[in-house]
Amino acid sequence: MKKIFYQLTSNPMSLLGVILVSIVILSAIFADFITPFPEHRGAIVDFSNFNQPPHWPNIFGTDLVGRDLFTRIIYAYRISLILGFVVLVISVPIGVSIGLVAGYMGGWTETILMRITDVFLSIPPLVLAMSVMGLLEPSLFNGMMAVTIMWWPWYTRLVYNLTRSETQEGYVLAAEIIGASKFHIIFREILPNCWASIITKMALDLGFVILIAASLSFLGLGVQAPTPDLGSMVAEGGNYLPDSWWLVIFPALAILIAVFGFNLLGDALREILGGEE
Amino acid sequence: MNSVVKMLLKRIGTSLVVLIGVSMLIFTIARVIPGDPARIALGPNASIEQIDKLRERLHLNDNIITQYGYFIKDLSNGNLGISLYTNRPVTTDIAQFLPATLELVIFAGFFMVAFGIPLGIIAAKYKDKWQDHSVRILALLTVSAPSFVWAVILMLLFAFFLPLFPVAGRIDDQLLLPDNITGFLTVDALIDGNFTVFVNAIWHILLPAFALSLSGIGQAARLTRANMVETYKKPYIEMAQAFGFSAKRIATKYAFKPSLIPSLTIIGLDFAAMLGNAFLVEAVFAWPGLSRYGVQVILRKDLNAIVGTVLVISAMFLVVNIIVDLLITYINPRIRLAKGQ
Repeated sequence: MKKIFYQLTSNPMSLLGVILVSIVILSAIFADFITPFPEHRGAIVDFSNFNQPPHWPNIFGTDLVGRDLFTRIIYAYRISLILGFVVLVISVPIGVSIGLVAGYMGGWTETILMRITDVFLSIPPLVLAMSVMGLLEPSLFNGMMAVTIMWWPWYTRLVYNLTRSETQEGYVLAAEIIGASKFHIIFREILPNCWASIITKMALDLGFVILIAASLSFLGLGVQAPTPDLGSMVAEGGNYLPDSWWLVIFPALAILIAVFGFNLLGDALREILGGEE
Repeated sequence: MNSVVKMLLKRIGTSLVVLIGVSMLIFTIARVIPGDPARIALGPNASIEQIDKLRERLHLNDNIITQYGYFIKDLSNGNLGISLYTNRPVTTDIAQFLPATLELVIFAGFFMVAFGIPLGIIAAKYKDKWQDHSVRILALLTVSAPSFVWAVILMLLFAFFLPLFPVAGRIDDQLLLPDNITGFLTVDALIDGNFTVFVNAIWHILLPAFALSLSGIGQAARLTRANMVETYKKPYIEMAQAFGFSAKRIATKYAFKPSLIPSLTIIGLDFAAMLGNAFLVEAVFAWPGLSRYGVQVILRKDLNAIVGTVLVISAMFLVVNIIVDLLITYINPRIRLAKGQ
């Protein structure tokens, strides 16, 4: 663990990743203390100070009803991260288990499971999430469900390929010969050898979940007002370009910085742990 | 040739199976959701009788398997039902809005290949030099933001601050549209021989297509670089170097083609992602494509239209993948020349 941390901080690119991710996560956790106007995350109106360009104390300016943009962006990070964690916590175990079973069992089990996976993978991710989201009511919880439904197949695909090659290894044969149960072989022998790839992908995906969630809410199919959300902020501000540029630029950069950080970190982890692309 | 035909038939077969799966999936999702689509379609003032009538007409009172049967029967006649939002056949709606989206995606796909692959080659050639690092950072940055972020940034920079490109739409309002033959404005203008419209349409499409292609460019560059670097480690490249072939000849004749094959698969996947991301870019540039229609029908729970739109987009995706497979077969003689499997 110490070694991994040392390797992460020794290369300038991965160090940047660690710094960006730390900033995003810490600011989301301590949002109540670092934002100047914590009450602005909700439905508050201050018409004496609306649509102002960046100035002190509103360093990113104020939105159309006078709320501090910086505050809202930090709270939006909090929502995005929660969403990302929940999506991965639900979808990774599902995807990984299906991939392991399909890869190890082979035969009809494999054919049926992988065909179902193919079906999910052949709808463009955003379109699938959009339809699920639209058919339910747009909300944070349904957003998590919609993204989860589109996310597990990628882990199935990844783990399936890994399992297929691991199954050829001597240790699997050895376990079979001594009569280990299928359950034992799948979850105690093969799974530990897939962890590196899975963790790498999770680090990368945390960024991409944020990206997809922002895309959904940009289209009005995500988190609903007054909950702060980066995607809906960009969508709203887009109507007031170019005059109110700060309404768009700061939330847009906030998305870019967070996802860029997770990508750098994921990339670095891939090199250190030797996960697959 | 025989093996290629066989492969093609096999791919079309599996794609059809997947497409049927997609139809079942989206149909099930559309039918199990809470809320009565007939009530939503007719609005809050509709009488119970009107709603019952519409439910009857949409077969909403039957069980889901029977409903799916009706759906497949209609589908085999090329009928996706009536959109409750526009009150027209869903196929008519899609035929109207899809070409604009496809035109955008095809331009973006062209940018992805035209910029991504050369950038990857440059990075591989100057491995671990500043060119390589810049391409790597660029590639990571481009995939780190959804395409609507790039769209608003490009719009702000190149349409507002530097007014080089138009802000919205496919064409200037005062220009007359050419006859609608293919639905692709650039192609229709050329068929019409109307050069002004052609240039104007290209001028309008450049910025949105570039915004849409950015993350694809990054992906393509990254993969091309990685594959080129791998290929350069192969013994036959070493042999070519030992023979004293020029670096240029090795790069173009021996290293490029094998490196292209893995990239092509991903480019196919990215193309599919662009069909989805087009929704975001279209929303920013007020592009009259499938996006506005798609979002509207989703917000109105217009079941037929949602199912139709998703099916058509998935079919496009499968077609793209078959084309990519064919290209790979064409490039890779080991597959092309193998006896049919």
